[in-house]
Amino acid sequence: MRRRLFRDDAVVLRVQKLGEADHIVTMLARRGGRIRAVAKGVRRTTSKFGARLEPFGHIDLQMVEGRNLHIVSQVEGIDLYGRRIAEDYAAYTAASAIAETAERLTPIEGEATLRLFQLTLGAMRVLAERAYPSTLILDSYILRGMRDAGWAPVLIACAICGLKGDHRAFSIPAGGCVCRDCRPAGSAHPSPSALVLMRALADGDWKTATASENGVRKEASGLIAAHLQWHLERDLRSLSLVERN
Amino acid sequence: MYEGALADLIEELGRLPGVGPKSAQRIAFHILSADAHDVDRLSDALKRVKQLVRVCEICYNVSEEERCRICRDGRRTDENICVVEESKDVIAVERTGEFRGRYHVLGGAINPLEGIGPDNLRIRELMTRLQAGETKELILATDPNTEGEATATYLALLVKPMGITVSRLASGLPVGGDLEYADEVTLGRAFEGRRVLD
Repeated sequence: MRRRLFRDDAVVLRVQKLGEADHIVTMLARRGGRIRAVAKGVRRTTSKFGARLEPFGHIDLQMVEGRNLHIVSQVEGIDLYGRRIAEDYAAYTAASAIAETAERLTPIEGEATLRLFQLTLGAMRVLAERAYPSTLILDSYILRGMRDAGWAPVLIACAICGLKGDHRAFSIPAGGCVCRDCRPAGSAHPSPSALVLMRALADGDWKTATASENGVRKEASGLIAAHLQWHLERDLRSLSLVERN
Repeated sequence: MYEGALADLIEELGRLPGVGPKSAQRIAFHILSADAHDVDRLSDALKRVKQLVRVCEICYNVSEEERCRICRDGRRTDENICVVEESKDVIAVERTGEFRGRYHVLGGAINPLEGIGPDNLRIRELMTRLQAGETKELILATDPNTEGEATATYLALLVKPMGITVSRLASGLPVGGDLEYADEVTLGRAFEGRRVLD
């Protein structure tokens, strides 16, 4: 049986060693969703396209369809963000957490997720450009990614009764802010500034987000990470290693 | 389906990195048909490597003694330390014959996706070595990939305030190759690292 050749553009999320000189590359593709492919011989210094298959880069690639894993046959770099990101340690740890989040938000391989692809690509671009502090980019990405997955925390109303307003309590199991009447036992009481920051990050209001103080950012990050991991039902390994200082 | 000792051997061989079920079967039958002395030698080598080989107490390279051959060598300078990810990288650098300093084996690279952070590598031990004050240059020879670059960035942030020169291995064109076949990333790095001819 002849195997089908296909082409797509993708963001490289992760590379894992395979055998002596190969890599398994996990990517988020524009049309193909999360895909995994074998890149043969890319760890050899003579490889023609190993440099283009480094994590966090935006690539245009041709693959041979496989039963479990595709095989990479050609790669062109569109924007190879990996090196610029690796030159800033905080950006590198944030990009790793974004890549792991993207993987977890796409549990089914091969299912198209155009909005998440665009979000991931945009996040890698602003990390490479160092447009904003990397932890803010990561938190904004998680909030927007969760919105696409249907898990966005409710921030402008009560997550239980729907009463609109700036509620002070936050319950992760309830799904976000909760009013005084609905507040479940064990709800968190973040500072009003942390909730303002979370709303700004969810809406892409960078002026408000960048004006926030470090302590407020850490508070918001904690809630966002807890909310994500509650819905994923597992911890993200890279989140605990994000450089926040 | 095989059974008994042969099945056990195939299963054990199949657990080795890069050895699939077919290769495991092929190696097992090779061992079965090999001379008994050859098999004994292989078996002894496997046992001895686990019994004798440990890591050097200074640089963490593999060694059969407390200090490896390179750390024991009094002709080498303590002023330069070359940081590598794995012991096999020490051999790669040694083959060049260009480096006469000491090494430090980190035991990997920072990779948050695999849960490997700075605390999982021998970075604290490296800082202790550097605090002794004899080192003038730290050469970062981690792999030229994203994880290796990020590890080098992290180490440079830690070490530069100590007043030690921090350098990174150059990236560029392979000797003997044609320029037209170089990929744009490698060629770009070669341009960045170009040098003035005397």
